[in-house]
Amino acid sequence: MINAMKIREDFPILRRKVNKRQLAYLDNAATTQKPKQVIDKITDYYMNYNANIHRGIHKLSEEATEAYEGSRGKTAKFVNAQSREIVFTKNTTESLNILAYWAFRTLKKGDEVVVSIMEHHSNIVPWQMLIEKGVKLNIAGIRKDGSLDIKNLQSLVTKKTKIVSIAHSSNVLGTINPVKEIGRIAHDAGAICVIDGAQSVPHMPVDMKTLDCDFLAFSSHKMLGPTGIGVLYGKEDMLKSVTPFLRGGDMIKEVFQQTASWNDIPWKFEAGTPNIADVIGFGAAVDYLNKIGMKEVRKHEEELTKYAIKKMSPISGVTIHGLAAERGGAVSFSIDGVHPHDIATILDGEGIAIRSGHMCAQPLMAHLNVPALARASFYVYNMKEEIDRLIVGIEKVKKIFKTGR
Amino acid sequence: MYAENILEHYKHPHNHGTLEKRSIDYRENNPLCGDVITIYLLIENEKVKDIRFVGQGCAISQAATSLLTDEIKGKSIEEIKKLDKDFVLDLLGVEISPARMKCALLGIKTLKLAIYDYLLKQDKKANEKDFEVEDA
Repeated sequence: MINAMKIREDFPILRRKVNKRQLAYLDNAATTQKPKQVIDKITDYYMNYNANIHRGIHKLSEEATEAYEGSRGKTAKFVNAQSREIVFTKNTTESLNILAYWAFRTLKKGDEVVVSIMEHHSNIVPWQMLIEKGVKLNIAGIRKDGSLDIKNLQSLVTKKTKIVSIAHSSNVLGTINPVKEIGRIAHDAGAICVIDGAQSVPHMPVDMKTLDCDFLAFSSHKMLGPTGIGVLYGKEDMLKSVTPFLRGGDMIKEVFQQTASWNDIPWKFEAGTPNIADVIGFGAAVDYLNKIGMKEVRKHEEELTKYAIKKMSPISGVTIHGLAAERGGAVSFSIDGVHPHDIATILDGEGIAIRSGHMCAQPLMAHLNVPALARASFYVYNMKEEIDRLIVGIEKVKKIFKTGR
Repeated sequence: MYAENILEHYKHPHNHGTLEKRSIDYRENNPLCGDVITIYLLIENEKVKDIRFVGQGCAISQAATSLLTDEIKGKSIEEIKKLDKDFVLDLLGVEISPARMKCALLGIKTLKLAIYDYLLKQDKKANEKDFEVEDA
């Protein structure tokens, strides 16, 4: 059992007051807060061993390189992969762009890519780039409860399909998709399977040996780590075949006047001086999550999510979007007659931080026929008391707008 | 922020709808949140004879536009050119937090761009800078 009260002691920001109320931070699908272990780790780097990596022969550079590569090792272990299969990027978006640019070079007219309607813009917009090459972008639908229409997906994946790229967990609907099955469908058709793990890796055990997908993208800042660090996992053989997207220092083996040869994986994807401090900080975030245990993280969020849905569902005028059986801790909702921005502003007045807007999923918003939604999303430090405050806040919104009874 | 008059304008916006007979219509959205406003203008002798709007969005963006349209009828293009952020904030009369400023100003941005678009379509000289609304 997670002791959220105890965990909160590690997060200085959660002691903050917002509009004279104790902050209830329920916007974790956007970004999570950072424990002092992560903040201290970054400070320690700058205070004690700041140096560039992979090139200096001096002590500081050695220490920095060791810490940087140590984070890679921790990250690999976290998703049950090998260190050389872990590429550090800027964020999930950049990780997916590396693949999309590679696809742009290699895919041909008549090839097809399959995504789903519940994707974040970062897993749609990069693939749209391929359309100008004559590649077709197919979009799998969802069922009424917000789960993926797997039959529809199956029908879209054909011999023409080269890439299937699907969110492991939806940032809007909360739905957890059966990526193992999706991987099998992709591989049966000879296609590559890409998982957008931005909303899954932070919240549940993810084991790439079991899932057997080719690529996985996720972000540090959604799992207690600093912003500015993303991860691209790729199966060793796959990564070897991907052309690097950024070129320059550190990603090369040899450079001549007109040509250059690439460094080994994963370094061939990490051109230029990387974000050393934040990679090291991310390692501390992985340590922190390991200490809690990802099974425990998942259990805690399941409990909070169930509680939130149970409390919110009976409120008249409130609709929850996304009630799939397998779901994570993002609960999107609307209140009849009130725009989500107004919900968020009134809740902010109560010290409750939620997200409102299209949540970088405009095609999904159009499909759900809503202009925007409000969303509460949970993490290791959230408590049922905060959900109770959310419920009181929702009632206040209704009172101000005089909707329902 | 949610004063009675704001909520009243949100629920029952003034000058809501479209204009059959119009000089220009112009649609603008707030890419951050998806709020959309379309303004319809009937302009005669360089003055706004009639105005309507339709839109989708939060209470702040819709109420601000409703309040704005009440003030625009009869105003000349030159007068509208001079309208700024403070004009709208005075109309709203409540404190607008920085995060909601774009909502509050969507209506006036749409209105000024509509006028700019109208002038361009009339082959009249117009400087785009005169029709921008600073939100900072």
